[in-house]
Amino acid sequence: MRYLPKSPAEREQMLAEIGAASIDDLFAVIPAAYRLNRDLDVPRQHAESEIIDYFRAAADKNATGYASFLGAGAYRHYRPVIIDSLVQRGEFLTSYTPYQAEITQGTLQAIFEFQTMIAELTGMDVANASMYDGSTGAAEAAMMAARVTGRHQAVVASTVHPEYREVLATYAKHQGLPIGLAGYDAKTGCIDLAALEMAVTNETAAVLVQSPNFFGVVEDIPAIAAIAHAKGALLIVSIAEAVSLGIVRPPIEADIVSMEAQSFGVALSYGGPFCGVMACKEQYIRQMPGRLVGQTTDGSGYRGFVLTLATREQHIRREKATSNICTNQALVALMATIFLTVYGKEGIRELAEHNLAKAHYAAKALSQNQGTTQLFAGAPLFHEFVLQTEEAPAAWSKRLMDEKIVGGIELSRWYPELGNATLWCATEIITRAQIDTAAKVLAAAPVEA
Amino acid sequence: MTSNAPTLATTGKVRPHQTQNEALVFEKSSPGKRAYKLPPLDVPPVDSAALLGAAHRTTPGLLPELSEIEIIRHFTRLSTWNYAIDLGMYPLGSCTMKYNPRVNELVSRIEGLAEAHPYRPDSLAQGILEVIDLLQRCLIEITGMDAITLQPAAGAHGEFTGILLVRAWHQSQGNPRRKILIPDSAHGTNPATAAICGYTVENLKSNAEGGIDLEALTRQVDEETAALMLTNPSTIGVFESRIARIAEILHAKGALLYMDGANMNALVGKARPGDFGVDVMHLNLHKTFSTPHGGGGPGSGPVACKAFLEPFLPAPVLVQNQNGTKCWEYERPQSVGRVRAFYGNTGMFIRALAYILANGPDGLRQTTEDAVLNANYIRHKLEDLYELPYKTASMHEVVFSDKRQAALGVKTGDIAKRLIDYGFHPYTVSFPLIVHGALMIEPTESESLEELDLFIAAMRSIAREVEETPELVKTAPHSTRVSRLDEVQAARKPVLRWRPEQQQAP
Repeated sequence: MRYLPKSPAEREQMLAEIGAASIDDLFAVIPAAYRLNRDLDVPRQHAESEIIDYFRAAADKNATGYASFLGAGAYRHYRPVIIDSLVQRGEFLTSYTPYQAEITQGTLQAIFEFQTMIAELTGMDVANASMYDGSTGAAEAAMMAARVTGRHQAVVASTVHPEYREVLATYAKHQGLPIGLAGYDAKTGCIDLAALEMAVTNETAAVLVQSPNFFGVVEDIPAIAAIAHAKGALLIVSIAEAVSLGIVRPPIEADIVSMEAQSFGVALSYGGPFCGVMACKEQYIRQMPGRLVGQTTDGSGYRGFVLTLATREQHIRREKATSNICTNQALVALMATIFLTVYGKEGIRELAEHNLAKAHYAAKALSQNQGTTQLFAGAPLFHEFVLQTEEAPAAWSKRLMDEKIVGGIELSRWYPELGNATLWCATEIITRAQIDTAAKVLAAAPVEA
Repeated sequence: MTSNAPTLATTGKVRPHQTQNEALVFEKSSPGKRAYKLPPLDVPPVDSAALLGAAHRTTPGLLPELSEIEIIRHFTRLSTWNYAIDLGMYPLGSCTMKYNPRVNELVSRIEGLAEAHPYRPDSLAQGILEVIDLLQRCLIEITGMDAITLQPAAGAHGEFTGILLVRAWHQSQGNPRRKILIPDSAHGTNPATAAICGYTVENLKSNAEGGIDLEALTRQVDEETAALMLTNPSTIGVFESRIARIAEILHAKGALLYMDGANMNALVGKARPGDFGVDVMHLNLHKTFSTPHGGGGPGSGPVACKAFLEPFLPAPVLVQNQNGTKCWEYERPQSVGRVRAFYGNTGMFIRALAYILANGPDGLRQTTEDAVLNANYIRHKLEDLYELPYKTASMHEVVFSDKRQAALGVKTGDIAKRLIDYGFHPYTVSFPLIVHGALMIEPTESESLEELDLFIAAMRSIAREVEETPELVKTAPHSTRVSRLDEVQAARKPVLRWRPEQQQAP
């Protein structure tokens, strides 16, 4: 086996030194009844070239070369080449969690830079080293708010990503944390502020909203914060599209921001690995889950970095920890750090502006035919928008697929009241020609006799 | 020899070399530098301030401004400050730091897989669904279980999912039950997991051999016990040979057996948890199945279970249509719910499957045998100098204690730091908690005889230093860019981000 660095003679030599007659001696402790005396029924050993062939064939079956208007929590942005050159350096790729600070300063400094960039972008004081993804991060944020406030209820906007809400429900169920839902304004697609005000009480630990929300609409964070804070609840803002922060005002009134950073240079990869991250106001650090890197000095006074405030974590506190999280998404956070360094202060704004422009062009082009209208059109949006069509999505999406275009995603699976509505996304990747083609196909509904 | 005179190791693995200084990326920034170029905008520009109104960002985040070559150098220089599997043995017990094959990286980046959107129609995703299906079938075969979910993002997330399955099953029997039994040798994630699933944690004291005390277990298991969370082989690297009896004791009271699969590298191809009474378990693809640790993640923590737990798996579940195509099934009325958006860390599934394909049944078995052989070789070569608290046969890792060295004032943490000077990453320090001053060593199968002998020579040399020049060990490492860092200062006055006004340290 090509990954195993031992010759048969070396194995024999080692066994002899140990004093074992055969390798089976070392497994004698496993009762005979439970020893596997046959080959595992898995595919035979493959040559490297065969492995590549197998996955290429699988990729081809996936039907590549489609233009896509899919977003909804997973966004296709251009990924600068140097991200993959750098993260594939073995020193990053094959290193462990940096518990031994003297020989992991590379990872530690990079995480410190990541924490700084996330804090800068979100307007929070501090950020952690990463969470699994945006959905689990939002759930952990709600649990954190319960610890901070000592309250045990939460209110969630129905415009938070439906799958994030499902994950929150799974976590909250066993935490004694009932979740109330605040609906949306049918005209604007924003959270219904009056309904929110009714839902938030003196028992509410947290209000969780997403901005831009699942419909792509930017929420009025200062107004939502005022409602939450008036009752002593914390405001958690979930951000599923991190690139929006280049142009959308950061949620500085929030107490906790839970973000999905996939947009920062991370491949779609059929939904993972992505990169959650949590940021918060300074006073809540000790209730924050996940790893934190802090700056310190060594014996000679040189600057260095260490994992810190570990008394929050499971390996020290066991059942009293803030979370059970251990492994996070370190290498993906490094991708995000490199992405943000490539674009920098000006580039992230310019990139966000391109997204905004493409989405506005697409929304207009796609909704110009008679059977199609843009929902929530008056509200500020980033790069996603909702179209309502007279024709059923199944019909036009088939026509689009014939043109090698994947249209917006149907919303009725989560919002049955929205009928034929679909959620569309236009990032900087999509071209004007693709948008125009999609508009033409969408408009070309067969005439009913 | 004093602590001020850094001493080079003499085992032949290392020599000093230059390392470059590198400031924080923010300190290298200067306005107007660019590392990006967007294509010309092919749609009319928009007035973002007018469109966004009050929601328009007016103050940009202070991101750095650098050119491409500076970014390459910045992160490359940082990388040279890391130790890595690619540089040498990484004997962290419980972490399974094995070789991360490069073909895994290549295939996970094939465009049709890497660029697949999670909401693309199933008809356009058959290739990736087949990959997921094949991995699921392989992992079910390897564990001897009946069903699996790949949704959990890491080991601890898998534990959470597995205990939710346990809870949902008990609930379906009328009572979710109250407590989870956890041996005192367990990973910290186990009790933390039980707590977030709403269970009380009850500690199970290990017996004199470091294993499960059957009498204590029999005493403690009752009608309020939901499950025992057991790591097998245990955290001292010992196979629990009475595992079937343990399962019997639990099952007699209606409790379930959860297995933490962190140490599965000792079992693949040799024994299957499903055959010895385990009801539910998680795997760590980033340990046993060679996906890279990446400095702390991403991982992937599939959960495999017996058929009676299958209805409770997180939704969606991969199923086959009548025409042979595959799709996701969302209607799962008994499901514990979702534990993550989308379907899991798919990029890790691709890598793990590439590893299984590269090995085949014979390679997987040989891998396990070599991992166990390596650990036993180290044990044999060091047990005369380091105390072996439990004499039971070792599987894939060996746990010593610092008893003899501590008597001379040198602790396991010091010995670990001194290993760095010899060109090795430290072993796992002070864990498991049942061994006072533990040195937990897991070589994995990836080490050659030459590298093992260098490690053994280093450990023997350090044992000698403990007797002759203890200060040298207690102040190690001496050859790194930074010496021991002030962790107390870091925690007392946390500096968790750079700020512009901050003074640049030397």
